[in-house]
Amino acid sequence: MSESTKAILAVKDLDISFRTNAGLVHAIRGVTFDMEKGETVAIVGESGSGKSVSCKAIMGLLDSNAIVNKGEIWYTYTDENGQTQKVDLLKMPKKQLRQKINGQHIAMVFQDPMTSLDPTMTIGKQIMESILLHKKTDKAAARARALELLNLVGITDAEKRFRHYPHQLSGGMRQRVVIAIALAADPDVLICDEPTTALDVTIQAKILELIKDIQRKMGLSVIYITHDLGVVAKVADYVDVMYAGKIIEVGNVNEIFYEPAHPYTWGLLSAMPDLDTNDERLYSIPGSPPNLLHEPQGDAFADRNSFALVIDKKQAPPFFQISPTHKAATWLLHPDAPKIEMPKELRARLESARKEVEKYL
Amino acid sequence: MSEPLLQVKNLVQHFPVSRTYTVKAVNGVSFCIYPGETYGLVGESGSGKTTIGRSVIRLYNPTAGSVRFQGREISGKLDSATREMLRADMQMIFQDPMASLNPRKKVADIIGEGLDIHHLAGTRQQRADRISELLKRVGLSPEHAVRYPHQFSGGQRQRVGIARALIMNPKLIIADECISALDVSIQAQVVNLMKDIQEETGCAYLFIAHDLSMVKYISDRIGVLHLGYMVESGTKEEIFSHPIHPYTKSLLSAIPYPNPEVEKRRHSLTYDYASSGIDYSQGTEHLVGGTHTVLATDEEFAEWNQ
Repeated sequence: MSESTKAILAVKDLDISFRTNAGLVHAIRGVTFDMEKGETVAIVGESGSGKSVSCKAIMGLLDSNAIVNKGEIWYTYTDENGQTQKVDLLKMPKKQLRQKINGQHIAMVFQDPMTSLDPTMTIGKQIMESILLHKKTDKAAARARALELLNLVGITDAEKRFRHYPHQLSGGMRQRVVIAIALAADPDVLICDEPTTALDVTIQAKILELIKDIQRKMGLSVIYITHDLGVVAKVADYVDVMYAGKIIEVGNVNEIFYEPAHPYTWGLLSAMPDLDTNDERLYSIPGSPPNLLHEPQGDAFADRNSFALVIDKKQAPPFFQISPTHKAATWLLHPDAPKIEMPKELRARLESARKEVEKYL
Repeated sequence: MSEPLLQVKNLVQHFPVSRTYTVKAVNGVSFCIYPGETYGLVGESGSGKTTIGRSVIRLYNPTAGSVRFQGREISGKLDSATREMLRADMQMIFQDPMASLNPRKKVADIIGEGLDIHHLAGTRQQRADRISELLKRVGLSPEHAVRYPHQFSGGQRQRVGIARALIMNPKLIIADECISALDVSIQAQVVNLMKDIQEETGCAYLFIAHDLSMVKYISDRIGVLHLGYMVESGTKEEIFSHPIHPYTKSLLSAIPYPNPEVEKRRHSLTYDYASSGIDYSQGTEHLVGGTHTVLATDEEFAEWNQ
């Protein structure tokens, strides 16, 4: 994920505040990431860390009380004439964004499939609507394409389901329909905002495998927003860990899961219940995330961090490069910092995780 | 083993929707909970796990079957003494901490409502003391008593919900998906708190959830529900290391592991009731060993056990 010209989406130094009754909430404090074609990037963080807001900014769906202080979102795409275009989505007029980009090039799958579908329209019509709006086709072709999409997302008996209303489908089926709508206009980028949080584990596994499968077939780039590290391990190529409006660790999925460097990532991994061990107590990160109504002094995680250094309270750490793809924002990586290792329990767990991999090789 | 605290036998809960259509949410489920233990109920949405919790605490009137709590029958009509016992000794923690706390009441009044109803408070000072003691117990500070629910974060609100359940010193707490709405790091805090409280007060939990990894962590015994039938039940070791029923197997295989290399090579098992040829209503309880039971016909049992 280095700075490259190949990047299809590049978010640079995004900074967003929200006007509220209590004052300005500084929700995004300098977020930078980019992704290449066909990649899957997962953005991980607790609620309120700003992961959803970052992605809403890409789609131009920010609420009216949001102020973009600074930042750029560069998106590279091929327009209808076959020309390669590079545009800043934040500078683009809203109307043009809706007509040219949303749906056609960047599509989104939302968390709750019940509220993102229209209850008064059959699902077939809803899929066709998206096709007719974005593509120059007649109704019969759109219908054929909609049926094809329903088959693609694994809905059996598509002809019959075509005439069903959302309430006649189960939660997993509904989310499949939402994915079909998102894919209707052949987008390049799919943003999935907690696509499986409202679903059961068995259906979650099916939906994730489905998205992965479609991604391979269509060469999609996918952004996952989630707080579930198990989901991340299943789907992601690269992981961005967010905390209090900042990205604090970036790496490919193996680096994040086998060699995490930031104490917050250590905490997140330790807090996952492990199916193999029988520890009496589950590790938990003490305290709760900071209120961004008040700008945090120094490192926002310092108060919850048992490894915090004195400097953490004064100055926010910059990124320290660990490998070409892996970097983390923590003073612990500074050459002058005391040598601090991750907790023993976590070290043991990562060891056993690596051993388990060998069984599969 | 000692006398069970709660004994549910062939519980049936149907909801008549219209003259011709009845939702059969629970179809003959049996289990029991011993004092001080945690029983986990897992299953997908619509499997009837929440309905069982609500029938047991008598938010619904069970259609058939028997529920015995502390040796008394609580499934039929309740006399006033039994109702008093049930309402005091069995408490519930709900899923959504925002929706289950009255937004117009202060935290002290939410927590103290049980004391007021059962006239247990004594003097005003005793009531306030008891409330601040509980707030401290669940990791909040006594100053929080005068605040309203909206002034708390999700994890703190769930702590208020736990304090409300604890004030009556209950013997059994029904925790209905009480951590599903919380963030991962906060889930761990709440689960640890529940474990500590159990150690201290010796209360039993009926822990209802769809997240199997958390259920394994907190429960002593587990019951797996599907479509209103208890398909498999046993201690957590029995269920996790030796699952018999294909539905349990598919549930276990669907848990994502935080291990990317393994996840990329693993595919979850599919289980489709309609095409599996299994008819739950034909099955009877078969003992696998120990306390491990599975719902199956004789032929299915023989086949799965190979």
